[in-house]
Amino acid sequence: MPSPTPEEVKGLVAGGQSGLIARLLDSDIYASFRSSWVTMIAAAIVLLCFIGAAFAPWIAPTDPFNPATVFLSDASIPPVWQQGGDPRFIIGTDDQGRDMYSAILYGLRVSLMVGGLGVLLAASIGITLGLLAGYMGGRVDAIIMRVADVQLTFPAILIALLIDGVAQGMFRGMSRETTAIPVLVISIGLSFWVQYARTIRGSTMVEKNKDYVAAARLVGLPTPIIMIRHVLPNVIGPVLVILTINLGLAIITEATLSFLGVGLPPTQPSLGTLISIGNKYLFSGDWWIVAFPGATLAILVLAVNLLGDWLRDALNPKLR
Amino acid sequence: MLAFVIRRILQSIAVMVSVALIAFIMFRFVGDPVNQMVGVDTPQAEVERLRASLGLNDPTLVQFGRFLWNALHFNFGVSYQFRLPVTQLLAERAPATLELAFTAALFALLVGVVMGVYCALRRDSWLARVFQAVSLIGVSLPTFLIGILLIYLFAVILGWLPSNGRGEVVKFGNWWTTGFLTLSGLKALVLPAITLGLFQMTLIMRLVRAEMMEVMRTDYIKFAKARGLRTRAIHFGHALKNTLIPVITIAGLQLGSIIAFAIITETVFNWPGMGLLFLKAVQNVDIPIMAAYLMLIGFLFVTINLLVDLAYGFVDPRLRVAMRT
Repeated sequence: MPSPTPEEVKGLVAGGQSGLIARLLDSDIYASFRSSWVTMIAAAIVLLCFIGAAFAPWIAPTDPFNPATVFLSDASIPPVWQQGGDPRFIIGTDDQGRDMYSAILYGLRVSLMVGGLGVLLAASIGITLGLLAGYMGGRVDAIIMRVADVQLTFPAILIALLIDGVAQGMFRGMSRETTAIPVLVISIGLSFWVQYARTIRGSTMVEKNKDYVAAARLVGLPTPIIMIRHVLPNVIGPVLVILTINLGLAIITEATLSFLGVGLPPTQPSLGTLISIGNKYLFSGDWWIVAFPGATLAILVLAVNLLGDWLRDALNPKLR
Repeated sequence: MLAFVIRRILQSIAVMVSVALIAFIMFRFVGDPVNQMVGVDTPQAEVERLRASLGLNDPTLVQFGRFLWNALHFNFGVSYQFRLPVTQLLAERAPATLELAFTAALFALLVGVVMGVYCALRRDSWLARVFQAVSLIGVSLPTFLIGILLIYLFAVILGWLPSNGRGEVVKFGNWWTTGFLTLSGLKALVLPAITLGLFQMTLIMRLVRAEMMEVMRTDYIKFAKARGLRTRAIHFGHALKNTLIPVITIAGLQLGSIIAFAIITETVFNWPGMGLLFLKAVQNVDIPIMAAYLMLIGFLFVTINLLVDLAYGFVDPRLRVAMRT
């Protein structure tokens, strides 16, 4: 048996390094990604939003929440291209004299953080309960699924509002700035878990009857280990799609709650809070205070939704 | 059949009791109700007497029973903010919300069906593409943003329609007020109704389009064509009729969502309905109103779901057979 040439060895080693990327570039998913320019634009927008949010303190020209750099004399300056515009503030300032562009970057940061954490919390709750319900069956399953059914009949925004109201009652006396973000994340998490639980439960019920689970049981592994190490990796796939689609919903939910005045306070604004502030100046003609945060939110959600739709279709073997 | 009806009704009652339990827990344990009623300088003995007179020292189960009993008699206590019975507050604001929801649902159904049928029949026309794009935007944009956009267009720039409140209302009987009878009332209704109904409209449009395209492929449509029926008769007499059953189901199920989502629309347009009342209650932690509203919406959703399920049982012979076995 001839030993491999040095070139072949190098190729094998390199294959280990770049193999994953090469496989990804070669895959059907990547091909379907490249074939749809709408998806590519949506992905670019989402990526841009994430970068803008992550590096907001470095990208933003001013810190809109530092009282030392914000002057009331700069209040309500229109965008540069309008009469009275100021080149320091590309898309104008709000009623407090804060640079809208910087405020949007910081708002994006808060919106994406709350939406992302909320969706992750929802997924963790849903996956845990779905695994339990599917694997245990019986009474555990009945109770969890009954709760899920009841919750599914109510719109998520209503549940989030109720949780928010209850939490405010419980954290009375603490400042909004410290409680707002955790309360919103919990509200979103508890409103959106059902879909994950149902999906995971369904596939767990299929997986648990397969031979590898029986083998793991025979070896005498404890149930939690079987559930987490053996069943979970085989049922987690569809969660990715739900995660993406729900991110758009979660961002909308957070923005709605903030717009309604029960979300983030004006001192720590998300996109929803910025829109709610700008809404007050709609009739005085200061359209830019509401238009730019609104457009940012709309474009972000649209892009996330398009990406989610594409992911759902791309991962669905029936449609390939 | 009877067994099915009874089982579904019992299930609905169980759901309502669990909703009531959540409402009760909120009412009883989030913020002490007594603290909301007394001042800081009320003597401790007075507080204790109030506590006893409200029955807050009884066992929790007894209190829950009393809560249920009161709820059955539409008694949800007194609002912390307004010092008025919650039932009265909700009843005063119910007509505004119901009229808005009704108009929005009508708008969603009519426009949604027309757009859906058009998109299915003229799939490749440019107008159908516009409708599709509008529906994608309608699904993606949050309700409040659509409301703001409409206000900016039609109230600020064009100045055609009001953006605030219900306009002039006419009192009708004891407590019902209607905006349907005055011009300003009708004008005030347009923007909120479109805002509230847009999401449901896009939903119905997509559904009608998908169903209609499905039906157009079936054999009986082919046979109808072969029989030489007029295109119009095929489209509307045969195809549309068969698509409408699921559409009506969805529309019915969405009615509850419309009333729940009215919270957002009412806030944007400062519409004096139950949703705005609920939102004020959430902001001010006015638990009695929150609990009552939760029960009301819960009742609505449970009733609608029950009716839809029962209607299916009566309408669909396959389900009837399945139930018998």
